[in-house]
Amino acid sequence: MNKVKKTAPSTNFMSGTSNPRQKQRERADARFRWYGLAALGLAFAFLIFFFIDIIGQALPAFHQTEVKVTVNYAEAVKSNYNKAVEHKLRRVVSRAWLRTLPRYLAAHPDLVGTSRDEWVPADSRVDQYIKQHDGHGLKTKYQHIVDAMQKENRVRQVFNSGFFNSGDSKLPENAGILAAAVGSVFTLLLTMLVAVPIGVMTAIYLEEFAADNHLTRLIEVNINNLAAIPSILYGLLGLAIFINFMGVPRSSALAGGLTLALMTLPIIIIATRAALRSVPESIRDAAYGLGASSLQVVWHHVLPLAMPGILTGSIIGLAQAMGETAPLIIVGMMAYIPEPPTSILDATTVLPAQVYTWSTESLRGYGERTAAGILVLLTVLLSLNAIAVKLRNRAQQEW
Amino acid sequence: MDTELKNKITIRDLKLWYGDFEALHGIDLDIYSGKVTAFIGPSGCGKSTFLRVLNRMNDRIPSCRVQGEVLLDGHNIYDAQIDVVQLRTHIGMVFQKPNPFPKSIYENIAYAPRIHGLVKDTQEMDELVENSLRKASIWDEVKDKLQQPGTALSGGQQQRLCIARTIAVQPDVILMDEPCSALDPIATAKIEELMDELKSDYTIVIVTHNMQQAARVSDYTAYFYLGDLIEHGDTHTIFTSPVNQKTEDYITGRFG
Repeated sequence: MNKVKKTAPSTNFMSGTSNPRQKQRERADARFRWYGLAALGLAFAFLIFFFIDIIGQALPAFHQTEVKVTVNYAEAVKSNYNKAVEHKLRRVVSRAWLRTLPRYLAAHPDLVGTSRDEWVPADSRVDQYIKQHDGHGLKTKYQHIVDAMQKENRVRQVFNSGFFNSGDSKLPENAGILAAAVGSVFTLLLTMLVAVPIGVMTAIYLEEFAADNHLTRLIEVNINNLAAIPSILYGLLGLAIFINFMGVPRSSALAGGLTLALMTLPIIIIATRAALRSVPESIRDAAYGLGASSLQVVWHHVLPLAMPGILTGSIIGLAQAMGETAPLIIVGMMAYIPEPPTSILDATTVLPAQVYTWSTESLRGYGERTAAGILVLLTVLLSLNAIAVKLRNRAQQEW
Repeated sequence: MDTELKNKITIRDLKLWYGDFEALHGIDLDIYSGKVTAFIGPSGCGKSTFLRVLNRMNDRIPSCRVQGEVLLDGHNIYDAQIDVVQLRTHIGMVFQKPNPFPKSIYENIAYAPRIHGLVKDTQEMDELVENSLRKASIWDEVKDKLQQPGTALSGGQQQRLCIARTIAVQPDVILMDEPCSALDPIATAKIEELMDELKSDYTIVIVTHNMQQAARVSDYTAYFYLGDLIEHGDTHTIFTSPVNQKTEDYITGRFG
């Protein structure tokens, strides 16, 4: 030991004189910090751009143009709704509204033969023209009519409540998110009811009870692989098992929910196993040492400690399922569904599928609805994640 | 003196395998009632494994296989009819690292009596909690904060809480697996003092790496080496005039 030669440091670290190696080290440190900051800044800029773009596009969808026209409730309207308004205004008012008139008149017979000025929804082309969007598609003839009406204060914009309380439509001014939202709720509830209990129980069994043999290891590897396979394959599996074999109606929330449950299962199992594994072995020792049974050890000690992790994993898995479209294409949920489903067997669609359907439409009115749909989807997803964080924090505070 | 001794646990020709590895080669040992028995020996000699044999904690290790007899008051605890849950209420265990449940101090003590249905009502439970904490001489330190988490206590207090928790199920035997190895000397002294008080009511078996501790607290000492029980006897004899050369080498610090 004594033979080791002590080399004096080239610079005395107390002297305050700068050491070239120290300068170099500090520069490298600073550079590294800047790289990190730059990456963060870039990611943040993308996020901000995305939000500004989406919100900017979506906001107009929450306003709907209305026009004040003289509605003529003639007897003839019952058979030909076009007669309710002046001929030149037929393309200015919403055809979706015109179509409701015969039924409306049948329900209100006292109105027959009267006529009055009313605010009615405008055609989507008029709507887009008023919003001054490029590609509104309104013919010059009608542009002049609308301009004239505007001068007479016969045009206004109101909050588009229809977007939230009606389903899809082939007329953009009438298309809303409700059917897809209800469909998403149904589908996600089913996914949750199926995937969470099965996933958590599977994880508990594998982690706490299963013997460590080749079979369990094989299952383990497969579960890890299943979490990584393309989601559209789950659609094919769902089609084969639930629709073709078990006879679940296609396009139904049941078929979609079960398919998404298949997709979510591995995520929940992996998250739950990780949460269970993070519970220290000493807690299990303590409980077993006091004569607790396996069930009591898991139920009283391990599960409560693992709960925050299980909740977070489950909610994130469900949030992923909520934003999923690919497997749902295969089970027929990418469809035109104007009415909200009333049961889990009804044909239904989901939010991301609705967004996709709208995005493929050519009329300008669907464009802003696509953005608005994305905004609704994002709001729901962010709320789900917020709930996950909240639950996790609350569960952690108990200890 | 030997005439007064009563066997609490009698071990006959106990062999234990982890998979193909034979960790214990036919141990014969008597653990006397109301005494403190210390297991000493170098790391990996099988003393902790052997301790866990006594309340079947080894059952949790899938590859572990046991052969031979462990008689608790004459009943073989490896019999097929034995209820392991009941067995562990008779033979409690304190671990190397203090491991209170992340629950209140009260709940730490009350948990086991509750799952075993030892008490009828809250009042009885309150008494049992107090008695257990008193016996583990920690009552005075925690009586005003029974609802606070057990994990907020200091290491030594946590370990005494764990002992109180074990006492609460009213066992006959308490196994301690290096209970002081994570504690400072003052906390260690308190635990040792406690063991001395407890041995009038319980049979205590302690695994320790600390030779002085074995000499201080135990009445009987068993020296293990590479899965064999080399020597067993009165602590005073073992430490002053061991029969076996290996024991002497270990105790005098020539190896291990």
